[in-house]
Amino acid sequence: MKNYVGRDIPDYLLVNGKEVYQGKNYMDGKYMKKASPCTRRYEKPQESKIVETLADALKLCGAKSGMTFSFHHHLRDGDFVVNMVMKAAIEELGLDDLTIAATSLGAAHDPVAEYIEQGKVVGIQTSGIRGRIGEVVSKGLLKTPAIVRSHGGRPRAIEGGEVHIDIAFVAAPTSDCVGNCRGIGGKSNCGSLGYAMTDAKYADHVVVVTDCLVDFPNMPASVEAIDVDAVVVVDSIGNPKKIASAAARISQNPRDLMMAENVAKVIAATPYFKEGFSFQTGVGGPSLAANLFLEKYMDERSIRMGWAIGGICGPMVEMLKKGKVGKVIDVQDFDLDAVNSINQTPNHFEMSASQYANPANKGAFVNKLDFVVLAALEIDTGFNVNVLTGSDGVLRGAPGGHPDTAAGSKCCIIVTPLIRGRMATVCEHVVTVTTPGDCVDVLVTDYGIAVNPLRLDLIECLDKAGIPHVSIESLKEKAYSLVGRPDDLQWEDKVVAILEARDGTILDVVRKIKPFTLE
Amino acid sequence: MVIQKPAVAGTVESSDALVSVEPGDGKIELTLTSSVMNQYGRQIRDTVLETLERLDVKSVKINIVDKGALDCTLKARVECAVFRSSDASEKDIPWGGVIR
Repeated sequence: MKNYVGRDIPDYLLVNGKEVYQGKNYMDGKYMKKASPCTRRYEKPQESKIVETLADALKLCGAKSGMTFSFHHHLRDGDFVVNMVMKAAIEELGLDDLTIAATSLGAAHDPVAEYIEQGKVVGIQTSGIRGRIGEVVSKGLLKTPAIVRSHGGRPRAIEGGEVHIDIAFVAAPTSDCVGNCRGIGGKSNCGSLGYAMTDAKYADHVVVVTDCLVDFPNMPASVEAIDVDAVVVVDSIGNPKKIASAAARISQNPRDLMMAENVAKVIAATPYFKEGFSFQTGVGGPSLAANLFLEKYMDERSIRMGWAIGGICGPMVEMLKKGKVGKVIDVQDFDLDAVNSINQTPNHFEMSASQYANPANKGAFVNKLDFVVLAALEIDTGFNVNVLTGSDGVLRGAPGGHPDTAAGSKCCIIVTPLIRGRMATVCEHVVTVTTPGDCVDVLVTDYGIAVNPLRLDLIECLDKAGIPHVSIESLKEKAYSLVGRPDDLQWEDKVVAILEARDGTILDVVRKIKPFTLE
Repeated sequence: MVIQKPAVAGTVESSDALVSVEPGDGKIELTLTSSVMNQYGRQIRDTVLETLERLDVKSVKINIVDKGALDCTLKARVECAVFRSSDASEKDIPWGGVIR
């Protein structure tokens, strides 16, 4: 059945009330029964919940084959915890038929690809899939299609019981002996633990894995001891060098800067750019550089940013310290400046993934967002964005909060160069729709700006401000005139991944790619 | 033109291609790997074959490692490799002739 963005969704996936994507806000006003976990009572006072090994923790939580384990990705490419846990479960306890429900999976988790090939891991649910895991899933080696959800769609699915977590693992830079966790104060600091919060509340069992045990009580705790069954102390939960980069540097690339300046111009031309406006930006070159140019317009008009959310990095912390932004609320930190600031700098707060972006709760932060500036691997003439699959059809990306912030914000700006190498970023049909075009408002490229025709109001704003813009079709033609018109990818029927829209409907599927031959 | 000895041109930097040629045995043997194989493999092959035809190369083993080069880059790299293989790269390049 064709959905709202023209993608053909196989009927056999449309069971148990699953629907195809019908446009944004389709689920508004509907009711949802929240799931409740089955948790163990610890009535008798415990001096400590520390157990010797991960295997002991797994046994304590009744780990068995067929279970779903959850993980969060604050340790990013430096994470050791996913691999340690899966190794203990599969190689020490001999479990199989396991599902991993993670907030993101990347190159750090390449060893998991082998468990997929061996058939020990049979399900993957994630908001990001890269590295070897992406390759083996794309080859169709995972027993069930991977389910990819946005950062807001994931807590929706957990709270609504679509994902039942048997054991949640919290990678904690610090914990006390009963499991109060924080993202700072240790040797593998990551700052916010926002993605772990919903998991800890909705999992049957919660295991904290830490490499820095601190005195009780570890306050203020991001994940609280009241939800934790066991604490395991390991030598190292991750490689600090890969957890947070030294400092996110603002791009010096003139092309990035030109696009960033145009992003700021567009923002300044809208009625939402006024005292107290709210903002989120990605950490890609031009997105991050937009901060810099925005500051100039803010100074010119003597206005301050009310609040900023997101994945946070240094430049935003700097603006907070200078008093140019009122509050920063974050779900993840990307560099040491942000890690060292959260809950330390006044008005720099932590939030859960649900509070950040869940479309099914009663008011996530993204819903109050004025502007979001995002990148794209591809954007098509329907303004649909792909941030998941490469031009070879292989899974190597992460929707993350992209679809949530695009849908919630009043003005969603995509900034991307027109071509990357020989890839046309602006194209006729994206490989996979990860953010639907009805949520995307403006496209800024190095060859011009295009406004979604659905936003006549924004077109008028740009015209008034004298900002030239063109049709997205003309940008696509420009791109193809430079790189040539790409051949269509050749797919097999087998679905290797299901792309859920943030509301739980099916936005797209990724099929197995046919091996390419020149003949 | 006749490929007299092995020669290379280009790099494996992003948006470039590394082109290697060596004397063939009476036909054109093309091997191609590309970072954009699925979408542009056929177009790259066609561009390379057209360029060889324009240079009147009939016998060559040619290997392309493409990293997303545009057509203009591919043509230039193939031309350069062919001219180097016949020691013609420092003189006698027919600018405005077959090289255009």
